[in-house]
Amino acid sequence: MEPNVVNTPIDPKQIPGWGVDADPKNDPTYPMRARMNVTQDPDPKHRPDTLQPVDVEKLRSIERPNITAVYGTTVPPMGLSGAIRRLAFKYSENRYRHWLPLIVADRVQVVEGILDDLVHGKVPNIWAEKGYDVEWKHNRSAFVTKMATIAAVTAGTIIWLNSGSKNKGFRRRDNQRRY
Amino acid sequence: MLAMEYRGPKRVRAVQKPMPEIKHPQDAIVRVLRTCICGSDLHLYNGNVPDTRVGSTFGHEFIGEVVEIGSEVTKLKTGDRVIVPFNIACGECHFCRQGMFGNCHESNTEATAVGGIFGYSHTAGGYDGGQAEYARVPYANVGPTIIPEGMDLDDAVLLTDVVPTGYQAAEMAGIQPNDTVVVFGAGPVGIMAARCAWLFGAGRVIIIDKQDYRLEFARNYSYCEAYNFEEIGDPVVFIKKITDWMGADVVIDAVGAEAAGSAMQTITGRKLLLQAGSATAVHWAINSVKKGGVVSIVGVYGPTDNLIPIGNVLNKGLTIRANQASVKRLLPRLIEHIQNGTLNPKGLITHRIPLAEVADGYRMFSAKLDNCIKPVMIP
Repeated sequence: MEPNVVNTPIDPKQIPGWGVDADPKNDPTYPMRARMNVTQDPDPKHRPDTLQPVDVEKLRSIERPNITAVYGTTVPPMGLSGAIRRLAFKYSENRYRHWLPLIVADRVQVVEGILDDLVHGKVPNIWAEKGYDVEWKHNRSAFVTKMATIAAVTAGTIIWLNSGSKNKGFRRRDNQRRY
Repeated sequence: MLAMEYRGPKRVRAVQKPMPEIKHPQDAIVRVLRTCICGSDLHLYNGNVPDTRVGSTFGHEFIGEVVEIGSEVTKLKTGDRVIVPFNIACGECHFCRQGMFGNCHESNTEATAVGGIFGYSHTAGGYDGGQAEYARVPYANVGPTIIPEGMDLDDAVLLTDVVPTGYQAAEMAGIQPNDTVVVFGAGPVGIMAARCAWLFGAGRVIIIDKQDYRLEFARNYSYCEAYNFEEIGDPVVFIKKITDWMGADVVIDAVGAEAAGSAMQTITGRKLLLQAGSATAVHWAINSVKKGGVVSIVGVYGPTDNLIPIGNVLNKGLTIRANQASVKRLLPRLIEHIQNGTLNPKGLITHRIPLAEVADGYRMFSAKLDNCIKPVMIP
């Protein structure tokens, strides 16, 4: 359990800026509001004067009463993944039934994305999208090993499934003969 | 315009997208000058953050030149070059008025537990990010800060996240003079947290990671001790041993959801997604800090449950502080530190990648190829 390298001791006072932000009042429990010199409790009801018009479908946490004054408009929910997301947003952020469907929806949308590419006449270049060129360049042996392992496991699984179905068939015929 | 686009776990590409538009009178449109890939982006890239939608553009670390402003924008004009904090903050709500710009209540419709963040899934508001030629910047009177005359753009872009997050990690730790500070994670934020710990008067700074090249970088950049957890045995026992069997005064978790080092955490958190990421680093932090010590968390976790030893927090009398960095609050002090030479953020940048090669950039950073510490993209 010895250090793996030589770590030379250093005199902290030689380090540029040592201690310049030390503050004896920097108690970790020191309230942020006091540090910011807020002299009165902020108004929890206050909202910005202008609200962004709601012109796209925007899912909303049920833990707040309204849509925020600004919001992102990218990728509104659509398709099967969108339906799953709408269902998830019926539950609060406190529930697995909110978050796990969202993760499922993300995976469903990956398939929808590939189909969408194909519908638009684009074949996704998955090799390039995964950045395998740099993996090939900088990490070739590990990359080849990983790909070979994946290929072997895939091939083994296919062979196993095929042989399993034949056996099942034989067993069924066997059973029929026996009874 | 050219923009990065997410297509699924570990799949991204550069595509042509429509130009962003003004959606609210306080919006601005900026032409991106520099943008980075952040370690937190890898949680999205790997598909670990719920509601990361195919077609999204990532990127919460960017600076740019203002090319269009909404009718209520008074503090910026076209042509200004601005640092854009990664948090989207209104500046007026209950939380912004306490300086908690990372917790704004008027920027994220989809969740109340996190404020709006550029390009960081719909869980963080569904905004497109800055890994693009142009980006929409809401609340342009609040967040964007004009880049000081003479500041290197590479320094400026790291003020959007890496420097403030590292600094706030040290600040939240409540470091007292001559404290021993341990940082888990030698990514850019961990390296910066270790560097900033000295500014608060630390007496000893130790960084723990599993990549030797990152440890070597941290040793030189942050003037700290650096250890590979795969070579020191149990890291908790190791830290106890080198602190006279007391534990560190302060431990910073700068790793977050994709920590290695525990098979159980890896399987349940990273592979099966039954936790909000693997909580290995925070687990080690709680167990290696001294009784009555402070654990400061800036590593990003998702919103669901995590298996952490909360009983030890109680029994040891620990203080845990954690937050997204409130960039806007910290910028004035950090700009001073850069201008007087105390901090040198651009020293973290190791790779420059064209936006068109964004897929290669993500692969390089996530797989830690070619000794990559911090990649920057120039659209």
